[in-house]
Amino acid sequence: MKNPTLVHKSSVCYHCGDQLPSVKLSCDEKDFCCVGCKSVYQILAENNMCNYYAYNDTPGHKIKENGHFEYLEEPSIISQLIDYKDSENSIITFYVPAIHCSSCIWLLEHLYKINPAIFSSRIDFLKKEVTVSYKHDKISLRQLVEILNQIGYEPLISLQDVVKEKGNSVNKQLIWKIAIAGFCMGNVMLFSFPEYFGLSAVEKEFQYLFAWLNLAFCVPVTFYCAKEYFTSAFASLKQRHINLDTPLALIIAVLFIRTAISTAFGTGPGFADTLTGLVFLLLMGKWVKQRTYHHISFDRDYRSYFPIAITVLKDGREKPTAINEIEVGDRLLIRNGELIPADSILMKGEVYLDMSFVTGEAEPQQKVLGEILYAGGRQMGEAVELEVVKSASQSYLTGLWNKAYYKTDFKKKNFNDSIAKYFSIGVFVVAFSATAYWLFQHDSVKAWSAFTAVVIVACPCVLALSTPFTLSAILSVFDKKGFYVKNTDAVEQLADCDTIVFDKTGTLTSTVNANIHFNGALNKEEQLLVASLLNNSSHPLSRQVFKSLCPDKLFAVSEYNEIPGKGIMGLVNGRMVYAGSKKILPFELEGKENGGVHVVIGQSYKGCYAIEQEWRSGLFKLMSALEGRFNLKVLSGDTNRDEKILGCFFGTETSMQFNQSPRQKLGEVISLQDKGKKVMMLGDGLNDAGALKQSNFGIAITDNINNFTPGCDAILKGTSLSLLPNFIQLVQDGLKVIKISFGIATAYNLIGVYYAVQGTLYPLVAAILMPISTITIISFTSLATRYFARKNKLVG
Amino acid sequence: MSILYFLIGCSVLVALIFLGAFFWALKSGQHDDVYTPGVRILFDDEVKEDKSDKNHISD
Repeated sequence: MKNPTLVHKSSVCYHCGDQLPSVKLSCDEKDFCCVGCKSVYQILAENNMCNYYAYNDTPGHKIKENGHFEYLEEPSIISQLIDYKDSENSIITFYVPAIHCSSCIWLLEHLYKINPAIFSSRIDFLKKEVTVSYKHDKISLRQLVEILNQIGYEPLISLQDVVKEKGNSVNKQLIWKIAIAGFCMGNVMLFSFPEYFGLSAVEKEFQYLFAWLNLAFCVPVTFYCAKEYFTSAFASLKQRHINLDTPLALIIAVLFIRTAISTAFGTGPGFADTLTGLVFLLLMGKWVKQRTYHHISFDRDYRSYFPIAITVLKDGREKPTAINEIEVGDRLLIRNGELIPADSILMKGEVYLDMSFVTGEAEPQQKVLGEILYAGGRQMGEAVELEVVKSASQSYLTGLWNKAYYKTDFKKKNFNDSIAKYFSIGVFVVAFSATAYWLFQHDSVKAWSAFTAVVIVACPCVLALSTPFTLSAILSVFDKKGFYVKNTDAVEQLADCDTIVFDKTGTLTSTVNANIHFNGALNKEEQLLVASLLNNSSHPLSRQVFKSLCPDKLFAVSEYNEIPGKGIMGLVNGRMVYAGSKKILPFELEGKENGGVHVVIGQSYKGCYAIEQEWRSGLFKLMSALEGRFNLKVLSGDTNRDEKILGCFFGTETSMQFNQSPRQKLGEVISLQDKGKKVMMLGDGLNDAGALKQSNFGIAITDNINNFTPGCDAILKGTSLSLLPNFIQLVQDGLKVIKISFGIATAYNLIGVYYAVQGTLYPLVAAILMPISTITIISFTSLATRYFARKNKLVG
Repeated sequence: MSILYFLIGCSVLVALIFLGAFFWALKSGQHDDVYTPGVRILFDDEVKEDKSDKNHISD
């Protein structure tokens, strides 16, 4: 039957690149691993879009089951989603997590080939966004999303999309300011050079022109580019507290006033070049600090986890309704695989809730009529009806995001702000004593110039630069290793932590790898029967078990039946085979656990495929590295069945608590903080969300960066968990680098102050000293960071 | 030497024009996405069967 010449050379799926099962599907001499991949190929082939496969090998994704997009027909929901609409055209932007290669760009920008009503689609690759323009009377939004879904690029439409946040405009304004400051700096330099190199008598007439031009360039720099420093300084002075912006604002003001006076009275060159250069460098530091990850969102809350709409039954009709419009008393229809959006009471049907995201408990829970179901559970079975008792935003779990639960009294203070106070005091002492000395000598001109010069020279701009440059260098080392920290401020918090709290499920165990072993006995032929049956199901458990069986041939299955949430059955090779939970089996089983995939062939119980989550690799090494340096703690929502294994990883002093509810986890973090501990929390799911947010540094662990992660300070790839001690060490080294660079800057400043107190600081000295110290600091920080990264084995 | 006044004015003016060009580019979103256009330009145009050619041959 098999013709070797027809078999494609590669042993992977042409579409998604997965290992081909021994029984594969073929089309146009290409092999596919599943019906989904084949159907995507067929759609593309029909539309003459096979270029998709030309740009990259196996660019595709396995497609999931078809979602329900009925809600996209509701005008109120559509109007919330689309960016622009006129009489004919609509424009909408989707976030598509599956975008990953140039083939994706090609395919999504050629959507018009599939349906001409989509007349333009543009991708922003780094943000994983696609902006689609379409004629809304020819194609509905629902059809558009269904097309995307069919070709394997399902957009992520969540509540958070509805509340569109524009964080970009702030950044853009900063670029405007940098551009203006840079422009002014360049021109001022140009006009200052002749002065420094000396002017001949003929050229003297230009001196005034140059001085006035320089002053003109200083005006926008001082009053537009540096405006923030003044407002921030005033605000902090009002609160009787000095931050780093206070001395900076003072210096900028002094520089401007002195430049203005010397220009107006013609008393020599001003400090225009120092002023513009300073502001330019400060803004650059700010820009480096603001560098963010476009593709990762750290501030997700329940809104991005919940779907945007749910089916509500009203007067016997199904009506898709936006989640935030659900009211107490509404009747909801929840289908297989859908989330329960609000706390509600079960009115009709049988519910098996997968609460893994809420509690960390892996086994689905059965609920009976009249029981309260908490929001966040996923229904695994038939469609059921619920009555809402609390609106979505008030529900038990979503309530964790209410600010009232969080203490804000612990202030996040960084090194810069704490040193700024002493720095400012030091500068003022030196400046005033120099002024007093010259006034005592009855030289008021020198007194004035000494005062201003000291303030100018003692510029803490290096402080304002070394921190962002060092920390952002550390950030880029981290993100190459799969550790994405929210921003540079958060990095400093990481160094302070002394207690580490771990969640268990999904954090210490991996969600991708699972050990599958069979409790019972199956002979070769029976294994084939089971594999043949499982091959028809797309349920994740079926796929996992099927993969582990790896059959070399398959039988045809008749009378196949899949009962969602229970299992599958079918007639294979003349024998009835059942696989799934206990509920699917033809007879009652006594004394067996419900978990796993139970198998019955004919009338005899064969056993059960138990699926155990695998512990992440390197845990033992990780814990022994952390022990002694940190207090360790385990907070698990799961039962204590793994306590012994955890005891092997952790030392005897580690306290472990099991059966913790999300709120208990949050409470535990708070009580640790009350004892003065700085807590780092590692968690993965919605059940850790409260604790992650409350902790001083919350790390969300994920196996796929594009998956949902709760709000946190950093996202860590599961495979990089074992590097955690190195990450912490690098941050501590980084803070050392910042302190050393502060020392270097102080040395430079002392040279400047030596001239300044004598009142003989020539603008040229200031103009040279500042860039030199800045360059030294920036190169020192980047080299030192690289050195420490290598030392901590984070750079290859 | 007074021609220098004119030249200095010109140099500032030219610099201002470049600054304006940069702001224009920034505002029109040219710096929003600096990755995708570079990939997009590498895509080949579709090879279409040219019908006019066929007609020409058959004529």
